[in-house]
Parts: sequence; C-alpha cells; structure tokens
Amino acid sequence: MRLVSIFIIPIFVVGVILYGFFHKIDLYEAFLRGAKEGLVMTFQIAPAVIAMVFATNLFLNSNFLSWFFQFLEPVLTFFHAPMEILPMAFVRPISGTASLAILNNILRHFGPDSFVGRLASTLQGCTDTTIYVLALYFGSIHVKKTGHALAVGLFADFIGIIASFLIVSFFF
Amino acid sequence: MVSVIFGIFIVIGVVFSICTGRVEVLNNQILQGASEGIQLLFSMLPVLVLWTGVMKIAEESGMLKQFAKFVQPFLCKLFPSLKKEDPALTFIASNIAANALGLGSAATPFGLKAMASLQENNPKKDEATEAMVTFLVLNTAGVTIIPTTVIALRMSYGSANPAEIVLTSLLATFCSSFAGFLLDYILRKRKRR
Repeated sequence: MRLVSIFIIPIFVVGVILYGFFHKIDLYEAFLRGAKEGLVMTFQIAPAVIAMVFATNLFLNSNFLSWFFQFLEPVLTFFHAPMEILPMAFVRPISGTASLAILNNILRHFGPDSFVGRLASTLQGCTDTTIYVLALYFGSIHVKKTGHALAVGLFADFIGIIASFLIVSFFF
Repeated sequence: MVSVIFGIFIVIGVVFSICTGRVEVLNNQILQGASEGIQLLFSMLPVLVLWTGVMKIAEESGMLKQFAKFVQPFLCKLFPSLKKEDPALTFIASNIAANALGLGSAATPFGLKAMASLQENNPKKDEATEAMVTFLVLNTAGVTIIPTTVIALRMSYGSANPAEIVLTSLLATFCSSFAGFLLDYILRKRKRR
C-alpha cells in the first residue's frame, strides 16, 4: 500500500516522458506549453477560490455546524467519525471550490496526516462536482427532463463518502 | 446553486457569530479570508503547473488517445443502447481518459461533444436518453488516477507522504462509480418493464 502510493507518481512521470520520447515529440516545448496552460488556469480560478475561502472561513469559524448538527453527534461518535467532515460531505457535490476551501481548513487545523485530514483528502479526490457537471452537460444540449441522473449521481456520492470513511479507517 | 452556498455561508457565519457573542473575531476573519485564499492558490500553483506540463506531453505524444482506445471496448458494455461504431463512444472514451489522467480542462470539451453527438440520435430533444444518463453517472463519479490539487495541498501542510491518499481515493471512486452504475442499471431495467 505504502509502496504503491510512493511509486505511482514517479513511474507515471517517467512513463509519460519515455512515451513522448519514443514518439519523437519535442518534450521540453510540450511541457512549457502545458505548464503555461496550468498557470493561466490557476489565475482563472483565483477569484472563485478567494471568494469561497472567504465564505467558508466565516461559516466554519462561526461554530454553526457543531450547534446545528448536535443531533447527529451521537451517531458520528458511535462510528468514530469526525464531525469536521460533515460540511465537506454536504458541499462536495455542489461546489468543488467550496469543498477545496473546507479541505484547506481541515488540513491546517488537524494536519494532513491526521485521520480527518486523510479522510477529507480522499473525499476531495474520489468524486467530481455532481450538480455542476449535470447542469453544465445537460444545459449544453438543452435537455430539461434529466431522468434519474441527479438521483443516481447523488447516490454515488453518498456511497463514495461512506466508502472513503471505511477505506481510510482500514488503511491507516 | 454555487451562489446560494456562497450567500448562505456568509450570512449564517456572520449572524451566528454575532448571536454567540464572537463579534470581535469577525472583523479579523473577514480581512483574513482573502489572504488565505491567495495562500491556498499559491500552495497549489507549483504542482498544478508542473502536472499540466507533464500531461501536455502525454496529450501531444498520443498517449491520451491510446488510453482512450484502451477503455473503449469496456465502454461498449456500459452503453448497450449505442452501436460499436457510434462516434459518441469515442468522445466518451476521450473524456474518461482525460478525466482519469487529471486533465480536467481537456476533458470538458470531449464531454460536451459526446453529449451533442448523443443528442443527434435523441428522438425527444428535451429528454435525456439512457446513454446520456449513464455517461453523466460515469463523469460525475470523477475517476481520477492522480488527484494533483489534493497532493499539492497536503504537501504544503508538511505531510510525511502527500501521495498516500492516491490509492484510497482510487478505491473510493471505484466503490462510488460501481454503486452509481448498479443503481442506473436497476432503474433502467425497471423503467422498461
């Protein structure tokens, strides 16, 4: 398990470089073009990130959640699930930036190698922003009756949250 | 929808802080919010830029196309309503491949083309076809092999092994995608009856 996650990135990078080398493309130029795209992309998302960090900070630091979700606390304690993950689980399907801001908050307060930190990291990596994707894709072709797409998407997210919790508990 | 979250977060945050008598921290937080946003961006920036650079090589060398070709046969099984030579399948495969390799910005155009292509053969233009729903279930599951932003963030907070969540994320994605497919399949069967 540890070995896999240590080696996956180096092997992947070397694989990409070798593949590019044998297909005779200009590696360095391609890298620079891509890196430039990444730079532009980061600046494009900057306003959204600042807005969401600002909003989530206000929200999380107000302690509203621990008050509002008091009734859930016994359930969560029973499963040894940390309370801090709740807002992230709720926001994940709606806004990728907001959940990124919450992840940032969790990592700062509890550390990336804590249980909550690992759980939140897994959650951010395991699913996409369901509601946003559905709105974008169905909106692009003007489909209004979306069948069971939303229900299935949210169900999958819910399973993803539970699976993340079980898998992280098992592995670490 | 996002703007609802944005609004609700701010209003609840401020009102609840005032109600619980924590007004003095509020001012600080409002001013700090922006600088923390910038910090977050800058902690992601290096890894993101590096990664988009590496992935551009994968894209231009044809590795992405190769990967898409590799997943296509599996997709035929998931989309029984599409014929094997349907152009939509190629777009879907490219979208999945780009998503899996963490090329979100390259994935979206393929995804939109896939939807447009599916729409051409749609008898009721305002209603989603079975294939569309299955494709979006696949897409929202967001199968990503290497979640770069998360790794970058973990690194900036001094994790001993920032990439250790790669495998857990993959397994979790697998579970949620599988659950999504299963439910989609069951609902499809039920509708036909």
